[in-house]
Amino acid sequence: MAEDGRSALPIIYCGVCTFPPEYCEFGGTLQKCKTWLKVEYPDLYDKLYSEDALAKATEGLSLEKQEKVEREIQKLQAKEANRAEKELKKKLSSKVVVKRVERSKRKHVIAVSGVEVFGIDPKKLAKTFASKFATGASVTKNLEGKDEIVIQGDVGDEVEEYVSDLLEEKGLDGVKVERTEDKPKKKSQA
Amino acid sequence: MFKKFNAKDDIHSRTNVKSSVQRGLKLKLIEQFPKLENVIDEIIPKKGQLVIIKCTDKLSLYAMDNEVLFYQHFDDPFVPSLKLIHKFADCFPSVTVDRGAIKFILSGANIMCPGLTSKGAGLPDENLPAGTVVAILAEGKETALAVGKLIMDTDEIKKINKGIGIEVGTHLGDGLWSLEVE
Repeated sequence: MAEDGRSALPIIYCGVCTFPPEYCEFGGTLQKCKTWLKVEYPDLYDKLYSEDALAKATEGLSLEKQEKVEREIQKLQAKEANRAEKELKKKLSSKVVVKRVERSKRKHVIAVSGVEVFGIDPKKLAKTFASKFATGASVTKNLEGKDEIVIQGDVGDEVEEYVSDLLEEKGLDGVKVERTEDKPKKKSQA
Repeated sequence: MFKKFNAKDDIHSRTNVKSSVQRGLKLKLIEQFPKLENVIDEIIPKKGQLVIIKCTDKLSLYAMDNEVLFYQHFDDPFVPSLKLIHKFADCFPSVTVDRGAIKFILSGANIMCPGLTSKGAGLPDENLPAGTVVAILAEGKETALAVGKLIMDTDEIKKINKGIGIEVGTHLGDGLWSLEVE
């Protein structure tokens, strides 16, 4: 029994799909995985994808099964590619909404929604706002069930500037930051 | 089990484990996996701080240094995480499944007996009783692809060859694999 149970190869995980490289074919991003592996670990690439390795792996299957397996792999890859594309499109088309809500006659709060789609952690962002603007900021769930950052005070302009800078840093500068006003409370006329 | 597991929604609390409890845990682990005895101090060093993460459905994850080591559902035996099995493959009992079953396991299915008794698969010669936690390897692959619990003894699987053989707890790419502990 090996002293530390470690196999001869140190455990490498694919940089693209996070699986061990021998399972990349089941992850749906085989082409990208192969390119990554070729660059990072060329010997492992040869071991897995060289001619004889492929032949050995498929010798257990009959010819039709081989073709079926190949077709399925391709289908999986196409599905994953579509999914990645749709996500990217969604990211580009969604916007960050900065809403100015009236709390009482002279006081307003700013509600920022739609930040999570861009991979920004709302809690961390709320903390940054709170320290930056020296007011209270918190994360709540709004009516649609999405997370919203509520900042006390009328800091809409600064927020818009900060958020666009943040997005630009991330490389998503095509995104819109929309300003709206909310006037929910209207005293009902009896 | 970790098909739909979200770090935000399903995690309730995260607390440190008392060192007395930590010692008890190590003993229980060695009892369950005797081959771990040599390496248990590497996995859970004496001075290390084990963290227990409580999740929905009476599920607790035990983590150290932001990496989940094993989990426990109710009071069932401990189940090591896949990453742990990759590091210490020899310490855990394992079974091998047919190549054709890989796709289904990776989408969360349980393992049927024929997948364990067909040409490409392998079961250990010694009998493993039902309820044992085993690593699931695949035909032609060196690293484990999933972890599961035996529903039937391995001898029964070989004899009866019908029905569910192993209940899969966690597999490559599921919620636990993608979980990043802050």
